[in-house]
Amino acid sequence: MSNSFVPQTSTAVQCFHCGEDCNEKPVIIQEKSFCCEGCKMVYEILNQSGMCDYYAISKNPGTSQRVKIRADKFAFLDDKKIQASLLSFTNESETHVNFYLPQMHCSSCLWLLENLHRLNKNVISSKVNFERKEADIVFDHRSISMHQLADLLASIGYEPYISFNDLKKNRPSLNASKIYKLGVAGFCFANIMLLSFPEYLGIDSHEAYLQGAFRYLNVLLSLPVFFYSSSEFYISAWKSLKHRFLNIDAPIVLAVVVAFGRSLYEVFSGTGAGYFDSMSGIVFFMLVGRVLQDKTYQELSFERDYKAYFPIAVMRIIDGNAVSVSLPEIKLNDTLLIHNQELIPADGILTMGKALIDYSFVTGESIPVEKQMGEIIYAGGKQIAGNIEMLVIKEVAQSYLTKLWNRAELHTETVLEERSFVHLLSRYFTVILFTIASLAALYWYMHDSSRIWQVVTAVLIVACPCALLLSNTFTNGNILRRLGRNQFYLRNAQTIEEIATINYIVFDKTGTLTTGRYQDIIYEGVSIEPSIIKKIAALAAQSTHPMSKAIVEWSGEIQPKHTGIKSFQELPGKGIEGIVDGDSIVMGSAIFVTKKTEGTTLQSAVYVSVNNQVLGRFGFRNHYRPQIPALLQQLQKLGYPICVLSGDNAGEQQNLQKLLGIGAPIYFNQKPEDKLEAIKQFQLLGKKVMMIGDGLNDAGALKQADVGIAISENSSHFTPASDVIMEASVLPKLYQYIRLCKANKQLVMTAFVVSILYNIVGISFAVQGNLSPMVAAILMPASSLSILLVSFGASNFLSWKMGFK
Amino acid sequence: MSVILILLMASISVAALFLAAFLWSVRSGQYDDEISPPLRMLHDNSISQNIDTTNTTTTLKPIN
Repeated sequence: MSNSFVPQTSTAVQCFHCGEDCNEKPVIIQEKSFCCEGCKMVYEILNQSGMCDYYAISKNPGTSQRVKIRADKFAFLDDKKIQASLLSFTNESETHVNFYLPQMHCSSCLWLLENLHRLNKNVISSKVNFERKEADIVFDHRSISMHQLADLLASIGYEPYISFNDLKKNRPSLNASKIYKLGVAGFCFANIMLLSFPEYLGIDSHEAYLQGAFRYLNVLLSLPVFFYSSSEFYISAWKSLKHRFLNIDAPIVLAVVVAFGRSLYEVFSGTGAGYFDSMSGIVFFMLVGRVLQDKTYQELSFERDYKAYFPIAVMRIIDGNAVSVSLPEIKLNDTLLIHNQELIPADGILTMGKALIDYSFVTGESIPVEKQMGEIIYAGGKQIAGNIEMLVIKEVAQSYLTKLWNRAELHTETVLEERSFVHLLSRYFTVILFTIASLAALYWYMHDSSRIWQVVTAVLIVACPCALLLSNTFTNGNILRRLGRNQFYLRNAQTIEEIATINYIVFDKTGTLTTGRYQDIIYEGVSIEPSIIKKIAALAAQSTHPMSKAIVEWSGEIQPKHTGIKSFQELPGKGIEGIVDGDSIVMGSAIFVTKKTEGTTLQSAVYVSVNNQVLGRFGFRNHYRPQIPALLQQLQKLGYPICVLSGDNAGEQQNLQKLLGIGAPIYFNQKPEDKLEAIKQFQLLGKKVMMIGDGLNDAGALKQADVGIAISENSSHFTPASDVIMEASVLPKLYQYIRLCKANKQLVMTAFVVSILYNIVGISFAVQGNLSPMVAAILMPASSLSILLVSFGASNFLSWKMGFK
Repeated sequence: MSVILILLMASISVAALFLAAFLWSVRSGQYDDEISPPLRMLHDNSISQNIDTTNTTTTLKPIN
């Protein structure tokens, strides 16, 4: 029987601070248990300042403090230049700085961060923007430095995430102009309607001067609508016209311009009241649709590049002293000091220390790479075993990683054409519209040529495809929101249609299908006595290699003893050996332990021998996310062929083949360029490809694919640029999301059909020359509102039926 | 009936004031964050009594 790895929980005591289980001996103070010293320290800090309401507002509001933060992690904030680029305002007495604190997640966090001034009197005030997970802190820089402020935040569990991006102030400003236009249009629309009622409901002839007054007021009120609020549509229609393309805004612009023109003529020549209310109504409802569709997710960024991944500064060693330096200032031949858990910012040569680098995010390799002194280490990996020093051989912007990133961007400079089916429909619509108008003109030319203009303009006004557009934008916006509530965040509404049309799905392996968290460990070989297991665990505990750690956890020993171990040696690339209580134990690669060159030597196997007798080996299997096998089978059954592209070695070939069936393409050792090429190949075969990945090595492929989905483990984690960001926990529901996107199209078509009916009614009035302003004024809002209600109800009903929140 | 014009001007001006207020409130960034104001409202900003300081005593005087 193989022992598969299961984390053991000895007690069910929860940490008072973070809520996690206190596995080992819990730290107890004042009758409260904590899982670690870190959590206990945060409690003490808060208690001293009388801020234990933090624990009263939400239960277990903290995040686990098990992993300690390096003492001088924020030393780079002492650098004046870096400070200057981070702060938003400063004068003699105060400085404003905006920190991104991804750990905030509940009302306790909000409370604590806004009461920061009670923890330290030199903090003047702080305001939290919960949606963006940011805190605007005002502090007195004469008494507390930015470095100390960051340390303070870190000490209570809210370590600021400062990346390279912040140096360049790459934050997009929120664009509220659409909302202003909407406000203005709404104001004018309502007042124009008000002023039009007297005319519709009959005004006496001896009050004719009032009629004139109302009409001219209407003209005035319609000016902001025509020139300001409709500018959206003019610009959009003009842009597509330059590409010899008629998009859906063209008929709208036509309707608005014709209505305005005719109304002006009517008012100035005294022949009628004009159609100002219909015109402003069109603009108003169209803007409502646009605003609803343009929901953006402020706290997520779909546009990240490598700069958001890198830290802002590292330590450079000059004359034996470690000084912090910001990333752009790293020069060739600098010696950098890289701490444990830190990212390597530039390509270089290892000069001191033991390098064990985790490249899973960059290349997809699931096992950390060991490097010797003098070997080249590439940027982007995370050092996970103690401090090392390295000599820079390429500057940050020249590193392999950066060049890769830039190249991927160049590859996919596709112009964002509006390929929505709605735009296709609109072209037919415009053609049909012109046909009807010309036919009507012809008819009236033959019967009563004085009414030609009247009829033609009426047709153009009333046949505005508002209802179609409204249903489209409104349904899209609703679906976007629904999906967002279910942790599937789309970049924009166009993505919904893209998702509906895909017919080929590509998965990345490491981090997407598997969790990087831990590997399943399977022991094959002679069964081992418990006492020997204890000794193996004791030896393994001496090493910091993740495989050794996994073996310790497999053994079930919570605290392996470390006395009685002699001659412990760790040989990088080979393994570890030592004598524990008289038994000589050797663990490591096949060659190292068995001293033979075996046939298959997969890197992911650790052999173990005791007293020169090989007992067996530990095989490491990737730990697949639960329900992934079910998801893969479901997708294949429903007609989506699946392909897996992995940057890892072929160790998992058999397992994956079993999951996907023989014949499914599975490629290993894929470099980022290889992944990009593979996607291109599929697209050349006419497939619409959806790519799902999580790391930097997927970045190019994600951009190239028709739909790129980035998996995120938690929101503070970096994700490469993509069309969709998806929480890892909802990956098993992928098929439901695709279904909802497909349903979107059906919904829009239904609403379209309904809107056609309105159009028919309206056009029949117009063609007969009977389209009075009143009829138009009633028809417009009626159709818009009813379509709105129908779309809203239908899309909500559908998503409820499909089981979405 | 011409007084209606004056009334009309008055009402449109009031409405215009509301429009200005709307534009100003959107501009001031009030609607950027919709999650924290509801939470912030419920926070009680009095100094909490959680520190063990048992030296303060409060006596309530009966009201006659």
